[in-house]
Amino acid sequence: METATEQRTLFTKEEIGVTTPEDSKPQHRPEKTLPADRAQDKPAPTVGKPFVDNPRMACRHVNVFYGDKHAIRDVSLDIGRNQVIAMIGPSGCGKSTFIRCLNRMNDTIEGCRVTGEILLDGQNIYARQVDVVPLRAQVGMVFQKPNPFPKSIYDNVAYGPKIHGLARNRAELDEIVETSLQRAGLWDEVKDRLSHAGTSLSGGQQQRLCIARTIAVGPEVILMDEPCSALDPIATGKIEELIDELRRQYSIAIVTHSMQQAARVSQRTAYFHLGDLIEVGRTEQIFTTPRHKLTQDYITGRFG
Amino acid sequence: MMLLTLLLLMTLAAYYLGLRRAVTVAGGPTSVRVLHSRPAYYGMWTAIWCGLPALIIFAAWQMLEGRMLTHLVVAQLPPEMQSLSAARLSLIVNDIRNIIYGNIPVGQVSPAVQAAAELYLRLQAISRIALAAAVLASALAGLGAAYGRIHIRLRARNQVERLVLWLLGACSTIAIFTTIGIVLSVLYEALRFFKSVPLTDFLFGLQWSPQMAIRSDQVGSSGAFGAVPVLAGTLLVSGIAMLVAVPIGLLAAIYMSEYAGKRLRSVVKPLMEILAGIPTVVYGFFAALTVAPLIRSSGHAIGLDVSSESALAAGLVMGIMIIPFVSSLSDDMINAVPQSLRDGAYGLGATHSETIRQVVLPAALPGIVGGVLLAVSRAIGETMIVVMAAGLTANLTLNPLKTVTTVTVQIVTLLVGDQEFDSPKTLAAFALGLLLFVITLGLNIIALKVVRKYREQYE
Ligand SMILES: Nc1ncnc2c1ncn2[C@@H]1O[C@H](COP(=O)(O)OP(=O)(O)OP(=O)(O)O)[C@@H](O)[C@H]1O
Ligand SMILES: [Mg+2]
Repeated sequence: METATEQRTLFTKEEIGVTTPEDSKPQHRPEKTLPADRAQDKPAPTVGKPFVDNPRMACRHVNVFYGDKHAIRDVSLDIGRNQVIAMIGPSGCGKSTFIRCLNRMNDTIEGCRVTGEILLDGQNIYARQVDVVPLRAQVGMVFQKPNPFPKSIYDNVAYGPKIHGLARNRAELDEIVETSLQRAGLWDEVKDRLSHAGTSLSGGQQQRLCIARTIAVGPEVILMDEPCSALDPIATGKIEELIDELRRQYSIAIVTHSMQQAARVSQRTAYFHLGDLIEVGRTEQIFTTPRHKLTQDYITGRFG
Repeated sequence: MMLLTLLLLMTLAAYYLGLRRAVTVAGGPTSVRVLHSRPAYYGMWTAIWCGLPALIIFAAWQMLEGRMLTHLVVAQLPPEMQSLSAARLSLIVNDIRNIIYGNIPVGQVSPAVQAAAELYLRLQAISRIALAAAVLASALAGLGAAYGRIHIRLRARNQVERLVLWLLGACSTIAIFTTIGIVLSVLYEALRFFKSVPLTDFLFGLQWSPQMAIRSDQVGSSGAFGAVPVLAGTLLVSGIAMLVAVPIGLLAAIYMSEYAGKRLRSVVKPLMEILAGIPTVVYGFFAALTVAPLIRSSGHAIGLDVSSESALAAGLVMGIMIIPFVSSLSDDMINAVPQSLRDGAYGLGATHSETIRQVVLPAALPGIVGGVLLAVSRAIGETMIVVMAAGLTANLTLNPLKTVTTVTVQIVTLLVGDQEFDSPKTLAAFALGLLLFVITLGLNIIALKVVRKYREQYE
């Protein structure tokens, strides 16, 4: 059954790919010892394949604390190139916390502490000499609530390129704005009113504007935290198409509460539970034959 | 007093009676759900019927009593007294009052007046008893009527709430009517002023020396009432104050809300707000005794001619005084900018300072503008510091090192001391007051406009 789907679907080489030595470790852990409800002291081991060949980002033994609260517990996970990884799990399990680690957005939260390694193209983004400003230009983020700046549509998209000096003149900037809006599927709707306030758009349009704003900076990785949670099915559909389209060029990590959405847009899925990464695998496999009891309970709707 | 206490007690009793009655009507505490409103509303409804009409009677009686009694007493006066002129008559009435309140010893007035005063006191005693009777009767009648009308379908809540609504409305209009009253009184006096000094002379005159010859044969200036120098002084001093307060206040607010740690903020913010609590007189000392001499000596050191009281000294100190207004409001506004906007900017790789300058400040601008304009109003209305540090001479100058005077200071100097209330000199104060009012009103309107414009843009 699995092989059939592999041939049929668009899974890239890496996922079908050869397992690295590292990769095989978690799989071989005997499932019997996994606690069905978690042991309070020890982080639960991850089932499935958290690692891929030639990852864009690699997280190793990541722990996040909010003051005393241990919000992410020893998570190791790869973000593959040109693919979408979906993060699912019940509310409060740490999906947002984890995804915010990937471009150090947690730095802005007082009392938040991150340990472990997160490598972007082999370089630890938490290393001392790394500057977060270029990092965040490389790893862009789209938030749950559309948050356009109180500026015109044009200025919203032009903001990133301007601060990073990506355009030498007005014509280049115009071009960046137009292509970004086009790629976000918003150009036709707003091309006649670029000077209107970004906040005057509908929620779905605002979210696409935020996506355009993010891709205008030319990031390599795009992080999306529940980008469709405030949108209607049509806008959601558009954004899902867009994600699929963007995948050709970018690596994408998306947090979602919609299982269908995870199944539609992602190639890999990671299931989080109370700060632990429980299971990672190809999306098909997670949704059809989850290996962990908790994953199974979650996707069959027994909780969450 | 006794009467009011009694009324209060009756109202309280009415509340409980109404409540009990409602419960009884409903058929016991377990079945109060059949009532239209909750039982407490029936209590309030009864209490209102008991207390309110009685209170109105009481108030009306109090208002009319004096006039009625005077009228009756005057009617009893001997005819030759009644036929006196109105002014004389009112003197006699005054005498009567004074006797009643014990202000003049009994033996000093004519027997007729004495008799009138006694009559007055007798009538007053009767009136008091009648009042008590009326109030209590009304309270009892109200209570009884309301009690009898309590019924499960009585819409007590709606009626009580309508009354509360009226009360709220009345309170909100008090502020409006007070403002209107102030404006009208100032306007009336100002118009009297403009009868003797033409409006154009006042608005465009370049001379301000409000001395008037009191007697026609007196030597002295004839007085000049051109408001321009005074106004210019006000603008100069307030301008200097804003130049000090806006940058310092705003930058302090940015530091407080964006950079300072929690501990530092919890110490420094209250300290800054203490500035707002210092009495302006104290600022005045500071300006006159410390800042002005400092400015003068340093001015002399570099060869400038500085007067001992200068617009600069007053403006600087006033600026320090209004820093907390600017900083505290701006701080609130900056904190009110949603974190999601900041995250959006950070997520694009904006630096902290870029985020503040390009995202946070524009979003907080309406509030900041509001705070600044509030501070301007405050600066224009400030008196004490200017009296002490800027001087009293109306110089038409833009040189901050010279003595100037402001609108508020002139109002004060015009009104202190013994003055006739109909000389142009005194009335000029009202004209200045009106001018000040118009200016601050204009500022507030502009502030609202600006804020609304930015709101539209940023929401
Ligand atoms: N700023 C914070 N300070 C303290 N604790 C926090 C903070 N943010 C999150 N947490 C805690 O960390 C845990 C994970 O939160 P997180 O927001 O990552 O959950 P989530 O999986 O994104 O949930 P949801 O699906 O509801 O968005 C939660 O228990 C939460 O209470
Ligand atoms: Mg979340």
